[in-house]
Amino acid sequence: MPTATAMSKGRATGETESFLSATVGKKVVMAATGLILFGFVIGHMLGNLQLYMGAEALNAYALFLRTFLHGGGIWIARTVLLASVVLHIWAMTSLTLVNRRARAVGYRQWKPRESTYASRTMRWSGVFLLAFIIYHLLHFTTGDAHPDFIPGDVYHNVVSGFQVVPVSIVYILATLCLALHLFHGSWSMLQTLGLNHPRYNRLRNVICVGLAALVVVGNLSFPVAVLTGLVR
Amino acid sequence: MKLTLNVWRQKDARDPGRFVTYQAPDISPEMSFLEMLDVVNERLIAKGEEPIAFDHDCREGICGQCGVVINGSPHGPRRRTTSCQLHMRTFQDGDTLTLEPFRADAFPVVKDLIIDRSAFDRIIASGGFISATIGGAQDANSLPVPKENADLAMDAAACIGCGACVAACPNASAMLFTAAKVSQLGLLPQGQPERMDRVRKMVAQMDAEGFGSCTNHGECEAVCPKGIPLGNIARLNRDYLRATLSWGRRLPGAAGGGPG
Ligand code: FES
Repeated sequence: MPTATAMSKGRATGETESFLSATVGKKVVMAATGLILFGFVIGHMLGNLQLYMGAEALNAYALFLRTFLHGGGIWIARTVLLASVVLHIWAMTSLTLVNRRARAVGYRQWKPRESTYASRTMRWSGVFLLAFIIYHLLHFTTGDAHPDFIPGDVYHNVVSGFQVVPVSIVYILATLCLALHLFHGSWSMLQTLGLNHPRYNRLRNVICVGLAALVVVGNLSFPVAVLTGLVR
Repeated sequence: MKLTLNVWRQKDARDPGRFVTYQAPDISPEMSFLEMLDVVNERLIAKGEEPIAFDHDCREGICGQCGVVINGSPHGPRRRTTSCQLHMRTFQDGDTLTLEPFRADAFPVVKDLIIDRSAFDRIIASGGFISATIGGAQDANSLPVPKENADLAMDAAACIGCGACVAACPNASAMLFTAAKVSQLGLLPQGQPERMDRVRKMVAQMDAEGFGSCTNHGECEAVCPKGIPLGNIARLNRDYLRATLSWGRRLPGAAGGGPG
């Protein structure tokens, strides 16, 4: 049956599709935006370590972020981050729909052999992180979700914010969620971008998961330091 | 051995299908999995019942026809083993085996455990070949191939197209299959002229067939009876990116000098 071989679901064999309509192209969008966001969380955590240098250092750093490039820097960063988040979610949604359709009838029994809990829960950890980011912005950036918010006094806002135990718990849970997301996402994005070489794969995964662990440990330390009274 | 089988029975493509439980006493541990099914089927036929339809051909792990999901794993629990090469000694006396067809919308069930894999054929037809002039065989040494590349190409070419990668993937993605086919040609000099076109065409066909996308779970590599490595998927991604970035810069037919 030559016709059956030459055609499938409306596309003749040998035709191509645009980069963004291809699953592989969308995955590249997913990975590239993931890389930007991964870089951001690393920088964000490192900058926040200045919490341990006292109020003056942290507030000066916050002022610098708001004023560099005549105040334009922060908006450039915000634009890039927002665009990354939007594209990341768009690619995820679009691919998830494809993947759902790809197996409408599931198995009665399916045994995971290589996938991890982290890899299987990427969507859920992602959804939770999105909800957390919105809360986080309302809490520390605009202050709407912070009962004792003093604009410009970041140190005070952080310490008084984390002194509320349920708030700290939310931050700790969100950080653990980030850990799960990055455990799979950090090396997975490099694989999607084609960075795979038998000689360096081990190193690649160790560095990726190590960086993710660094972010997680650093971020966990902030609420814990406030709750234990180390930072006040 | 005595086994209990929960088997997916489906009369034809339109039948919604259901699980039916069969008792299978007196099974020798030396039998292959397919021989066990043969025995069960002979008994079903003797009782005047419809035998369980399953696919097979070579029964030596090279044709890629067989393939059943056994207790949640395509081709069963043993690594690098096709269903036909699996022996009943892998299981315990008294075990219950759940037998399901490979599940993917791109692989419609034809009957019971038999699926239609022609989606794979169409992926190959879209670009998984080289165009070469026919004629007398050229001298074997006229095209030098680095040993490492030859090995990697052979590893990728070990793919028998059974579809276990799709069956195991939580997204029913055909990336490992497509990547193996892209790699086996892309690693060799003969595959270079069409390399960039090939990857775009094969991915387009893979998408058109309704396979899912790769999320790097690694399930495919774990169940692959030939142990095709995930590195092939990265190679496909790399080629795809390169092909997209260089699209329109290359003169048609200028790269290789061959026809087409
Ligand atoms: S029957 Fe040929 S691979 Fe199993």
